[in-house]
Amino acid sequence: MPGYLLIESRDPFESTGAARTYELAIQLRAAGHDVALFLVQNGVLAVRSGARRTELDKVIRTQIEVLADDFSLRERGISSASLIAGVQATPIDSVVERMNAGWNVLWH
Amino acid sequence: MTTKQTLTFVLMDAPFESARTTTAFRLLHAALTRGCDVNVFAYEGAVALSFAKQAQHPNAVHGRDVAQEDHPLSRNWIASLMAYAHERGAALNWVNCGLCVDERGVGEAIEGVRRGSPADCWKMAQQSRATLVIPTK
Repeated sequence: MPGYLLIESRDPFESTGAARTYELAIQLRAAGHDVALFLVQNGVLAVRSGARRTELDKVIRTQIEVLADDFSLRERGISSASLIAGVQATPIDSVVERMNAGWNVLWH
Repeated sequence: MTTKQTLTFVLMDAPFESARTTTAFRLLHAALTRGCDVNVFAYEGAVALSFAKQAQHPNAVHGRDVAQEDHPLSRNWIASLMAYAHERGAALNWVNCGLCVDERGVGEAIEGVRRGSPADCWKMAQQSRATLVIPTK
């Protein structure tokens, strides 16, 4: 069964919409689907260690794969070394990889 | 033998406005690099991405002329992606929503871009391994 890749592009400190995406990821996982969360643009702002991110922590605790676009991280001065545990810096190619595998990919 | 995959991307943002456009172009480049055939359906403001009359401008505030400013144009990015697809033996099929084009008066698109309708978007999605819609906020 194809999984779900949820792409979150919005700043979680500016929009409550990001939290809704996190919730959707958790609910899809609870329903038995493979799920990954890909953070891009200002969506990566939550993964800097020291940032307050209660909602994203719930996703990580659910053991959903959390990926952060390496280009977006570099643009915002967030080094790989400063990422919180449970988040992996990755090239945008990983989105294409999931699409090629037939995953459902949703952008927010 | 592996089957060549086709991916479809649906774009909505107008040029010169959002980081989503840059991200979308990065995704197209990544898909072509992987050897995928790529469909793009542009609607609403995104039909202006390929407008042939986009022009660079100087930057008087910073004292730079047109050449020095070298302002990036989305039509050039699309042309580059089309050339890249050709080099790699991949297809980049770019279709603009005709109604959206007429509303905005941007009918003069660069070579390789064709006019279509939402029915093309449906066909593209039907023929693709996966479709990603990148909407505006």
